[in-house]
Amino acid sequence: MDTSVVEALNLEDITKRFGTLTANDAVNLSLSEGEVVALLGENGAGKTTLMNILFGQYTADSGTVRVFGKTLPPGNSRAALDAGVGMVHQHFTLADNLTVLENITLGVGSLLSTSAGRSAARDRIKALSQKYHLSVSPDARVGALTVGERQRVEILKALYRDVRILILDEPTAVLTPQETDDLFATLRLAIADGLSVIFISHKLHEVMAISDRVVVLRHGKITGGVRTADTDKHALATLMMGTEATPPKVPQSTPGPALLKLDRVTTPDVGNAPGLKSVSLSLHAGHIIGLAGVSGNGQAAIADVVGGLVKPAEGRIEIAGSDINRWTPREAVKRGIARIPEDRHKTGTIADFDLTENAILERYRSRGFSKAGWLNWRSSRAFAEAIIKKYDVRCPGPDTPIRILSGGNMQKLILGRVLEAAPQVILANQPVRGLDIGAVNYVHGQLLEARARGAAILLISEDLDEVMAMSDVIHVIADGKLSPGFGRGSMTPTELGLWMAGQGFENENAHAS
Amino acid sequence: MRLEPINNPSFGRKLVPPALALSATIVIASLLAMIAGANPFSVLGLIIKGAFGSKFALLETLNRATPLIFTGLAVAVAFRAKFWNIGAEAQLYAGALITVLLGTGALVWPSGLILPVIALIAVFAGANLLLVPALLKTRFGVDEVVTTLLFNFIFLLFISMLLEGPLKDPMGMGWPKSARLIPEARLPRIVNGLRLHWGFALAIISALCVWVIQTRSTLGYEMRAVGLNKQAAGFAGIPVNLVLVKTALLSGGLAALGGFSEVAGLKGSLTLDLSPGFGYTGIIVAMLALLNPLGVVIAALFVAGIFVGADSMSRAADVPTYLADIMLAISLLLMVLAIMLTRFRVVRD
Repeated sequence: MDTSVVEALNLEDITKRFGTLTANDAVNLSLSEGEVVALLGENGAGKTTLMNILFGQYTADSGTVRVFGKTLPPGNSRAALDAGVGMVHQHFTLADNLTVLENITLGVGSLLSTSAGRSAARDRIKALSQKYHLSVSPDARVGALTVGERQRVEILKALYRDVRILILDEPTAVLTPQETDDLFATLRLAIADGLSVIFISHKLHEVMAISDRVVVLRHGKITGGVRTADTDKHALATLMMGTEATPPKVPQSTPGPALLKLDRVTTPDVGNAPGLKSVSLSLHAGHIIGLAGVSGNGQAAIADVVGGLVKPAEGRIEIAGSDINRWTPREAVKRGIARIPEDRHKTGTIADFDLTENAILERYRSRGFSKAGWLNWRSSRAFAEAIIKKYDVRCPGPDTPIRILSGGNMQKLILGRVLEAAPQVILANQPVRGLDIGAVNYVHGQLLEARARGAAILLISEDLDEVMAMSDVIHVIADGKLSPGFGRGSMTPTELGLWMAGQGFENENAHAS
Repeated sequence: MRLEPINNPSFGRKLVPPALALSATIVIASLLAMIAGANPFSVLGLIIKGAFGSKFALLETLNRATPLIFTGLAVAVAFRAKFWNIGAEAQLYAGALITVLLGTGALVWPSGLILPVIALIAVFAGANLLLVPALLKTRFGVDEVVTTLLFNFIFLLFISMLLEGPLKDPMGMGWPKSARLIPEARLPRIVNGLRLHWGFALAIISALCVWVIQTRSTLGYEMRAVGLNKQAAGFAGIPVNLVLVKTALLSGGLAALGGFSEVAGLKGSLTLDLSPGFGYTGIIVAMLALLNPLGVVIAALFVAGIFVGADSMSRAADVPTYLADIMLAISLLLMVLAIMLTRFRVVRD
């Protein structure tokens, strides 16, 4: 190895156990100055635990953390910050009601800064944002910024503190492809100046684009480390999950009749989240409609309307040809809509309920599960057992609280719960988010099976690759407006990205006027 | 140090911390008794003897436990759905008020008819008293802790007004006290000659009913779902607000039944000292019982036992009766801590 290379970070023999679970098992990881290491792994592989140990939020059972040759005291976040470690979390840690300047200087120096101190800080921020092409106004309120801008603030915050090691946790989850390119351009500039980066991601093509080296973590152990130049996506996928990933094979199909139609549906905005703006959409039997878009652009609103939680303020919902007046979650279930919610922990399941209780959550009132207000636990339990068996839910049994299940098994129970009712329409909102590849393939397989038997599926996802692989027709949603439908393979990711950024809509308006 | 949840606590894990909490309560109470000048080693024995040591003591404890079972159930039912009813005190008085309004001569029917009618109307009154806070919460998001708590004071002053005015017993020699119930409106004793009325049996039956509702009925399932995760319950199609209103009605009705039982079973008339805070002590009972309706019976017996036992102990050992209150407070604090320790383990980093 080249001796002139400075070692920025060295994690040595890090082991961390939680009860019987070994989250990190003798993990060794080193990072040179100016190097980008991608940390790749399924959910639950131990990436977050490792980063929390590096940051002093957890104390390792054994092992040492060295930053530029100095050993960090265990369990001391302040020491990690002082040593120049910075982290941009997946969920931003900014105060909405403060300005960009205030957010960046928060925690650095005194709260009672003089006006001279402030203007010095402002100059510094301006200089940094110019140098690294991070355009954002120092005096804007963070609450008014877009997601992409907020991320720039997070990165500026780190740069302002002179971090030398930057950890990025799934930084592109909320970005359009174009914004991702901008982020990478910025990172390359900072890397050229000697910044070292740990890049945590699921997305293989991004890992290929930005990293020098890839380290794969599996079940808490490092299972592979390769130079990016010497590998490809397939090899990485194999390293990550042990077997090679197979993208879903989607056979051709001709659409059947429209099972659910939204006709010029408008809903009010909810806080920062835009409502729907005159959205028309029809879901046809045997077809998957993919809904692409950057997080927080009306996906929640459309899911709420289809799922029965929100009644349109204007416009109509039509199911199997007839207009809907009463519209509640219970009505939606009764009308044969299977709803896979975005957040399986908070919305999809009740953590302290056992599997049986969770299995009947949507249909406890239907005949078979209760009679005259009294539950039939025997048939309910049998239903849960049937789901566990058929959908391969790994659990100790139907009487287990669902909170101890992994995300994938939780999702399998939800799938079973909704698919056992042989639904006409399936609303799948982020059905594979946070799942490992095995579970992803399983969920996709189940959706395709439902498609083959004639269900109409609305697939909402922020992962463009998923939408493109699964959908017969893709719509893009941006700021509550829906794009026209694009047939399979008719658009490139870049073209869809333009729509996601709202540009397609402008062009459309220009044509119209 | 931090807390780590235990997914499947062992039997010992569930048993040892509460047992330790109980022992620590006794040790602390003994020390306090010693400071007050009594023999610390005699405290526990005197309390147990005072609460359960004789037929008289035992009956006294059961009588004292009766209203606590009702208010404990009222609180347990509401808290299970995360509806924070702090107003069991007012609801209990509502039941008591109905009992004297109807039972002092307004209705002259045989016992078999008048008692169920009064009980039903009392339940209806208590339920309706909680309807307003429930609707304020579901319609306008008004915090029910504030409304139910403040309603206690309003309602007690209202009762006081009635007892000083229209309800005042003309034969009461000027005391703010209602007329006595007619004999037909009195709850009889379970066994002749033993000072224990049917209110206690009613309390036990109520606890069993609540338990069956919670574990077997769709309403109980809905109430638990709403309490554990409102968002998921609403998503699945459970009408969250309606369930909260139903919960409130059940809770208020149970507390009111306690008022009916106290007046018709024990006191025979309504005074302002009918309840020495049964509504508030019900919160302690429900918490000690982990909101389990059958646990409420045990917790109510425990709390009543401490009250009656400490009362007797303080007389025997010549220490202040406040020791009972202190013991109860300590046992609650330690028990809350113990309950946490049954579900979490402390990990040193």
